[in-house]
Amino acid sequence: MVNEHVKQNVYFILFRIATFLSIVVLLFILLFIFKEGVGVIDIKFLTSMWSHRDITQGGIFPAIIGTIFLAIGVSIISIPIGICTAIYLNEYAKENLLTRTIKLAIRNLAGVPSIVYGIFGLAFFVLFLKLGGSLIAASLTLGFMTLPWIITASEEALKAVPLSFREGSYALGATKWQTVRKNVLPHSFSGMLTGSILGISRAMGETAPIIMVGATFFMGYLPTSPFDKFMALPYHLFILATQHSSPYAREYALGTALVLIALIFMFNFGVFVLRYKLRRKKEW
Amino acid sequence: MQNHRKLKEKLIEIFFSAISIIALLILIGIFVFLFITGIKTFTQISPAEFFLGTEWNPTAYGEPKWGILSLVIGTLMVTFGSLVIAIPLGLASAVYLSEIARPKIRETIKPIIEMIAGIPSVVLGLIGILFLSPLIAKVFGLSSGLNALTSSIIVGIMVLPTIISISEDVLTSLPNEFREASLALGATKWQMIRMILLPAALSGILAAMMLGLGRAVGETMAVLMVAGNSIAMPFSFFDSVRPMTANIAIEIKEVVKGSLHYEALFAIGLVLFVMTFIVNFISDIIIEKQVRKYKW
Amino acid sequence: MKYIYLIPVLLLVILTVGYIYKSGITGEAIKNIEDIEIKGSDTLLQLVSNMAEAYSELDPAARISVTGGGSGGGIAALINGEIDIADASRKIKESEIKQANDNGIDIWEFIIARDMLSVIVNKDNQISKLTMGEIGKIYRGEITNWKELGGKDKEITLYGRQSTSGTYAFFMEHVLEGDYSSKMRNMEGNQAILDAVRQDKSGIGYVGIGYLVDDNGKQVSGMTIIKVAKDKNSEYIYPLDKEKLFDYTISRPLYQYFAGKPVKNSAVYNFLMFELSAQGKEIVKKSGFDEIINIDNEHNEELLSKI
Repeated sequence: MVNEHVKQNVYFILFRIATFLSIVVLLFILLFIFKEGVGVIDIKFLTSMWSHRDITQGGIFPAIIGTIFLAIGVSIISIPIGICTAIYLNEYAKENLLTRTIKLAIRNLAGVPSIVYGIFGLAFFVLFLKLGGSLIAASLTLGFMTLPWIITASEEALKAVPLSFREGSYALGATKWQTVRKNVLPHSFSGMLTGSILGISRAMGETAPIIMVGATFFMGYLPTSPFDKFMALPYHLFILATQHSSPYAREYALGTALVLIALIFMFNFGVFVLRYKLRRKKEW
Repeated sequence: MQNHRKLKEKLIEIFFSAISIIALLILIGIFVFLFITGIKTFTQISPAEFFLGTEWNPTAYGEPKWGILSLVIGTLMVTFGSLVIAIPLGLASAVYLSEIARPKIRETIKPIIEMIAGIPSVVLGLIGILFLSPLIAKVFGLSSGLNALTSSIIVGIMVLPTIISISEDVLTSLPNEFREASLALGATKWQMIRMILLPAALSGILAAMMLGLGRAVGETMAVLMVAGNSIAMPFSFFDSVRPMTANIAIEIKEVVKGSLHYEALFAIGLVLFVMTFIVNFISDIIIEKQVRKYKW
Repeated sequence: MKYIYLIPVLLLVILTVGYIYKSGITGEAIKNIEDIEIKGSDTLLQLVSNMAEAYSELDPAARISVTGGGSGGGIAALINGEIDIADASRKIKESEIKQANDNGIDIWEFIIARDMLSVIVNKDNQISKLTMGEIGKIYRGEITNWKELGGKDKEITLYGRQSTSGTYAFFMEHVLEGDYSSKMRNMEGNQAILDAVRQDKSGIGYVGIGYLVDDNGKQVSGMTIIKVAKDKNSEYIYPLDKEKLFDYTISRPLYQYFAGKPVKNSAVYNFLMFELSAQGKEIVKKSGFDEIINIDNEHNEELLSKI
C-alpha cells in the first residue's frame, strides 16, 4: 500500500509540473512580448499614422482603428444572425435527427481553418460580388467565420437553462415566445454575450483571412467608407516581422503585438469578470 | 384575442426560422462555392497526380507539377509533433485540474489556460521567429531553426488549451459516485483516477485529442512564419516543411482568378475543409455519446 | 470597483475622437480624391511606400495605399481589375498581358528604378566571390557543400523567395535558367532572407540591393555581399560599386504596370511623373536602388509621348 502512495505522489507531482508548465509558457509569452515591445509604446506610437520612410516617426493608429472597425463589422454581421439561429434551433425546432445533424454540422464549421474562410471570402466577396478588397469584404468574411462559433456558444447558453424553467412557464399558460423572452433569454443572456465577445476577440486576432480581402500595410489615410482598404494590427505585425527592413522593425512588431494582445485580453478579461459576476447570481 | 396572439407567435417563429435558414444557407453556400471552384481542378489535373504526386511546383521553369503529397506530409508532421507535446501535457493538466486541485486553484488556473487560447496565431509565430527558432538552432546545432520541430512546438502550445479544457470537462462530468465508490473500497486517488475515471472518460478524452488535431491541421500563420516552407519532401523533423495551410496562404496572393493554379489552391482548401470537418464531426459524436452514457 | 467599466468607455471615446479628427471627416468636404491602389513586389515595397509618402506631402488629397505580397500577386491583382498600379521586379509575361487584355485591361509598363540583385552569405563564410555559373549551380542544387567552392566543409542552406516574388522569378530566369532545388527555403520577403543568412553560417540568399543599405547608404552588417562575375575570365563586380553598374550581371529594371493609359493630370499620372522626377530619383537613391539608365529612360519616354 505504501508503494501505491509513493506512486501516487510521484504522478501527482508530475501532473502539477505539467499544469505549471502550461502556465509558465503563457506567462513567458506575455512577459517576452511585454518586455521587448513596451519600449516602443508611447502616445506617438498609438496615435500617429504610419510613416514609412522612418518608422520611428510614425505609429499604428490606423491599424488600431482598422482592427476595431473589423470588430464592429463582424459583430453586426454575426451576432444577431447567430443568436437568432441559436434560439430557433434550440427553442423552436423539433428535436429530430435533422436538427441534431444541423447543430453538429454548425459546431464543426467552427473548427474549419480560418484560411479556408479566407479563400472563400476572396473568391466570393472580393471577386464575385466585386466588393474588392475592403472593410466590408473583410467584415463579411470574418463574420461568416465567426457565425458558427456564436451559434454554438449561444446554443450552449440556451441549453444550460434548465428544462423546468420552460415547463413551469408553459404550465402557467404562457406562449412559446413569452416563455423564451421572459424565462429563457434573461438567464442565457450572459452566456450568449460572453460567447459572442470571445468569438469577436478571436476574429480580431486573425491574419490569414484578411490578407486576401483588403488588409494593407501602408495607407496614408484612414478608411472612411466600408469600401476602403484598411490596416489591421495582426497583418501589420506579420509584415513587420517578416518583411520590413528597418532596424527597428523587430521592436515595432513586438510593440504591435503587445497592443493587439492588450486589446484581446481586455475583451477576454471583461468576459471573465462578467461571467464571474453573473454566475454568482445563479443558484442552480 | 386568441387568434391575434396565435398570429404573433407564428410570425415570431417564422422570423427566427427565416434567420436560421439564412444562416444555414450561408454555411452551406461556403462549402458549395469552395467545392465548385476546387473541383474544376480535376478537369485538368488527374486526382492521382494531385494526391500522390510528390512535387508541388506550379510555377516551375519547365512543366508545372501539382502533387500535394509533400504538403500533406508537412501538415501531418506538424500536427503529429504538436499532439506529441500537447497530449501528455494537456491530459496531465486536465487530471490535475479536475481531480487534484482545490476548487479555488482550479478556478484561478482555468481562465489562465483559456488565455493561451486567446493569443493570436500571428503573435505566437512572432515568438517563434524571434525566440524559439534561434534557440532550437543553437540547441541542436542546426543552421536554421525554421523546421517542423519548431512548428510542432508552437502549434502544440496553441492546441494545449483545447485538450485541457475538453478533457477536464469530460472528467468533471463523470458522476461522483465513481469516485466515492472506489475510494470507499480503499483505492488511493491515483488508483481511482487510473483504473476507474480515465477508462470511463476514455472516449471523451479521445475526442478532445481529435479536436486538438483538427485545430493543429488548420493552423496557418504560426506555421507560415516558422516552418521554412521549402517544397522538398521532408524526411526528419529538422527539415523545413510546407503544410497545406501555409501553402495556400503563400500562393493565393499571386494567382489569377480562374486560372488552374487558383483552382488547385481551392482544391487544397477543400481537402483541409473535409479533413477538419470529418475529424470534428467524429469527435463530437464521441463526446455526445460519452456525456450521455454518464449523465443520469 | 464599479468605475472600472468606465475605462473601456473612455478608451472608446478617445478612439472615436481621434478617428474623426484624423480622417478629416468633419473637415472640409473631401473633394476630388482619386485613390491610387498599388500592390505587388516586395522588393519595391519600401521604395514605393517612400514615394507615396513623399507624394502625399505634396498633394494631400491623394490617397495612396501600398501593399506587398510579391510581383506575381500585384500583376494578378492588376489583371483581376482590383488595383491601379502593380509593382513588379520582373517583366510581365506575355501570357499575363494576354490575360489582362482579355479582361479589357490595357497594360502600360514604366521603369522607375534599377536593382542590383545581390547574393549574400554569412559574414563567417570565407567565400566572397562567385561566377554566375557557380551561383546557378548552387541554387539548382548541383553544388551542395561550401567545400566544393573552396570554403568550409558545410552543407549549403539555400534561402530564396516564394513563387509570388518577382525576385524569385527573375533569379530563376536569369541566373538559374532551370528550377530551384526543392530544398530551398521559401522565405516571405527580402528581410526574412537577410535575417536568415545573418543567423545561418552556411546560408546563402538573394535580396534586392535596397535592403542592404541603411538610410545613410551604408551597408548593413552581418553578411558578406558576393562579388559576381559573368564567368571565370571576367571581372568580379561588387553590386554597390556605382562605377561598374553597367557591367554587373544581375542588374534588373524595376517596373510599374499601370491599368490602362495614365490620363494626363489624373492622380496616377501625377504620381508617375513624381516618381520619374528629380525628387523621385532622390528617393530611389535613398532607398538604396539605382537610377534608371539610358535604355530605361528611352523606354519611358516613348510611352509618355503617347499620352
